[in-house]
Amino acid sequence: MSAHVEEHGHDDHGHHHKETFITKYIFSQDHKMIAKQYLITGLIMGIIAVVMSIMMRMQIAWPEESNPLFKALLGKWAPDGVMSADIYLALVTIHGTIMVFFVLTAGLSGTFSNLLIPLQIGARDMASGFLNMVSYWLFFTSSIIMVCSFFVEAGPAAAGWTIYPPLSALPMAQGGSGLGMTMWLVSMAIFIASSLLGSLNYVVTVINLRTKGMSMTRLPLTIWAFFVTAIIGVISFPVLLSAALLLIMDRSFGTSFFLSDIFIQGEVLHYQGGSPVLFEHLFWFLGHPEVYIVLLPALGITSEIIATNSRKPIFGYRAMIASIIAIAFLSTIVWGHHMFISGMNPFLGSVFTFTTLLIAIPSAVKSFNYITTLWKGNLQMNPAMLFSIGLVSTFITGGLTGIILGDSALDINVHDTYFVIAHFHLVMGISALYGFFAGVYHWFPKMFGRMLNKNLGYVHFWVTAVCAYGVFFPMHFIGMAGLPRRYYTNTNFPLFDDLASVNVVITIFAIIGAIFQIVFIYNFFASIFYGKKAEQNPWRSNTLEWTTPVEHVHGNWPGAIPHVYRWSYDYSKPGHDEDFVPQNVPLKEGEEELQH
Amino acid sequence: MTTLLSILVLVFIFVAIWQMVKIFDLTQVGKTTENNQVANDDDNRINGYLMIGFLIFIYVITIVCFVKWGDLPLMSNSASEHGPGIDSLMIISMIVIFFVQTVTQFLLHYFAFKYKGEKGRKALFYADNNKLEAIWTIIPVIVLAGLIIQGLFTWNSIMNIDEEADPMVIELYAQQFNWKARYSGPDNALGKANVRLIDINRANELGVDEADPNAQDDVIVKELHLVVGKPVVFKMRSQDVLHSAYMPHFRAQMNCVPGMITQFGFTPTVTTADMRETEEMKEKVFNINEIRRGKSKSLIAEGKEGLEPYTFDYLLLCNKICGTSHYNMQMKIIVETQEEYDEWMKGQKLFVDSLVKN
Repeated sequence: MSAHVEEHGHDDHGHHHKETFITKYIFSQDHKMIAKQYLITGLIMGIIAVVMSIMMRMQIAWPEESNPLFKALLGKWAPDGVMSADIYLALVTIHGTIMVFFVLTAGLSGTFSNLLIPLQIGARDMASGFLNMVSYWLFFTSSIIMVCSFFVEAGPAAAGWTIYPPLSALPMAQGGSGLGMTMWLVSMAIFIASSLLGSLNYVVTVINLRTKGMSMTRLPLTIWAFFVTAIIGVISFPVLLSAALLLIMDRSFGTSFFLSDIFIQGEVLHYQGGSPVLFEHLFWFLGHPEVYIVLLPALGITSEIIATNSRKPIFGYRAMIASIIAIAFLSTIVWGHHMFISGMNPFLGSVFTFTTLLIAIPSAVKSFNYITTLWKGNLQMNPAMLFSIGLVSTFITGGLTGIILGDSALDINVHDTYFVIAHFHLVMGISALYGFFAGVYHWFPKMFGRMLNKNLGYVHFWVTAVCAYGVFFPMHFIGMAGLPRRYYTNTNFPLFDDLASVNVVITIFAIIGAIFQIVFIYNFFASIFYGKKAEQNPWRSNTLEWTTPVEHVHGNWPGAIPHVYRWSYDYSKPGHDEDFVPQNVPLKEGEEELQH
Repeated sequence: MTTLLSILVLVFIFVAIWQMVKIFDLTQVGKTTENNQVANDDDNRINGYLMIGFLIFIYVITIVCFVKWGDLPLMSNSASEHGPGIDSLMIISMIVIFFVQTVTQFLLHYFAFKYKGEKGRKALFYADNNKLEAIWTIIPVIVLAGLIIQGLFTWNSIMNIDEEADPMVIELYAQQFNWKARYSGPDNALGKANVRLIDINRANELGVDEADPNAQDDVIVKELHLVVGKPVVFKMRSQDVLHSAYMPHFRAQMNCVPGMITQFGFTPTVTTADMRETEEMKEKVFNINEIRRGKSKSLIAEGKEGLEPYTFDYLLLCNKICGTSHYNMQMKIIVETQEEYDEWMKGQKLFVDSLVKN
């Protein structure tokens, strides 16, 4: 071992590098290994969050009934197997936090930005491999802290993933606002640091390390999506960090940023002059762009996969880039639509309604461009392609109800009901998850040198697709019936008794959907070791990552970095024998590069 | 024990999947297709047909939801003056959504079916069309402009409280986990209040300023009574954490924020008694009572108490997560005629009389 370490010091360049187990698999600075680390950590966090959601759904469908699953997993929080109200709120909170940040931000963006940015732009690695490693390990640390918060005496944070003060600020307001909330805040602060290091690295790498010929207008849309996502991350995450720090000040050092005039448990607290609405502004200034931080990488992945598997150029390449940028810009000026009824000035409500509904325009452009890309294609129905088509479907279904929620007048009556849950789960939850799955199926050969089993992939997709609609489509109706979210049970409202059967249907779909994720998990881990050996370019794709050898080498290309002569969407171009022309193939004599 | 069983089940599922994959692979032996885990023409065909199947599934689930649960949403029987405005905007938006959803899902899945891959066929190299891009930018712009304009008019008319109509001023007071209402009395002005003035020993639970002349005729109650046809403006306070006053039947909602006073105004248009008599409500209550009867039967069989039959009442619910008992933070709202209201009000104690004298 020590001999290796010694060598490490002398031999520093590129792929001749000898590595120890620790530098190769644990403290790796290679972007491909870091991507895999992100992926597997994200998967594990995802499994945890799915199990939580199933427990929540069981409680809603069969309220206050004894359940062996609760007994086994929740311990003291489910005496005799009956879930307690406190842990229900904790599950709501941690499920949301893990899914939004740990799975769909770090797991999705972390995995694929890391894997694809250097490979697709033609770079040997990220601009700073060291920062990249630090970024992953900060993420890992924050994951551990978040999961550990389940084991503290008074329970994990339970104020909702939005952690609005004063509920989150006052330990006497609920059990979860004690040590559990402290751990949530610490975990998130570390997470944000990780995310910032990652994002800065992505931005710098895309700007500086593109190979010769890789102009911005030849970049695959994946890279555009990751690049713009990283920029919004850099702009908005620090605001959440500041909100978290101010909240820590309020909680621990007696300041009054978010608190004022509070009487709780028989005593008046000293806080004076702060405002919870300020926190809401700070939170949603990140919170809304966060939706697009989650979604844009998925849309980027989908653009690439749909083009490759349609054997056609993506339709409207420039319009796609323009809509990514438009969505990113608009996403930073719409946060107030989460706050129409927060008590802020109604005039602001009007402004935010206007900006919010504008987002529908670039979103519509993207959807139509996807559909047109399919038109007259030669569609290769690989599992990744199915998930991409599924994404477009749920993106449309979920996005359309945004027209209702973004309209302040309509929001009054559906705000914080199950309608909202249905909307955002479809448009950012399921869609982003489909983007994640599509990415895994498509780039698994690149990551592990083996293929995922396609038939298991088909089973996984079709069951998931049916269950996703089965869960979230009926949910719109109970939301419009006025059923508030985050209720431990609805049995105290006879008014909602007729919704109980809908909730049972939803839960059954959810359970089936969750069970079939086991197919994916099996496929994933079994294929790492026993999958079919992958060819170098199994999907016959144009992008540069498929010009690297199947066996990973440090520095990506054993020889010189390829030069780029064309955009990445020359599929089925007339004048070529094959239906794809990789980016590193020079233009033929007399061939024109498309003026895209 | 359960944990062990669950782990065993999980292991068996893995083994089962493994075996099924093996069996499937064995059935493929001898076929000419190469097993490289990339979709071949058979896969394309099967999944292409499944795409059409899925399109039908989406349509069916939509129709089933509307037929089976379409009467659940609060869409027509609003009980406030501004309610129909929201409802009609909702219905217009739903029609737009429904239309776009049906068409785009059709195109998406139909193309996925129609152009499923075949070996040897070449796709059309078609990368751009500015005219098409312009069309599907401009159409959403026009539709959205219409929705935005109507939405903003509706929003502004709801949020602008007409002081000239002389609305009845009522304070909604939220605390973990109940609601109280403070009526402003004949002077229609609420006495000043602050949580720092709360004196539990003297039963001044809302922190009303005892010295304020406006406070003398205030009345604090635990059930909200409103007069039909009379505008009301709620001034909302919270003493501890965020709450949200949600009155779904009146299409009204506003957060209650500690440290500030928020407001929402509306005019109730249907009395509780009249609402109970509407056909829609009768049917809903009938259905609910059927369900409750069924549940009662099984409860009584277990030796527990049965459920009371349900009669309709307007409700005020908490709709912002506020702690353990968030799910049971509610207050009954009764809309009645002026006479009934006066009668009820007569029976209430004035704030000054409700204080414990020492």
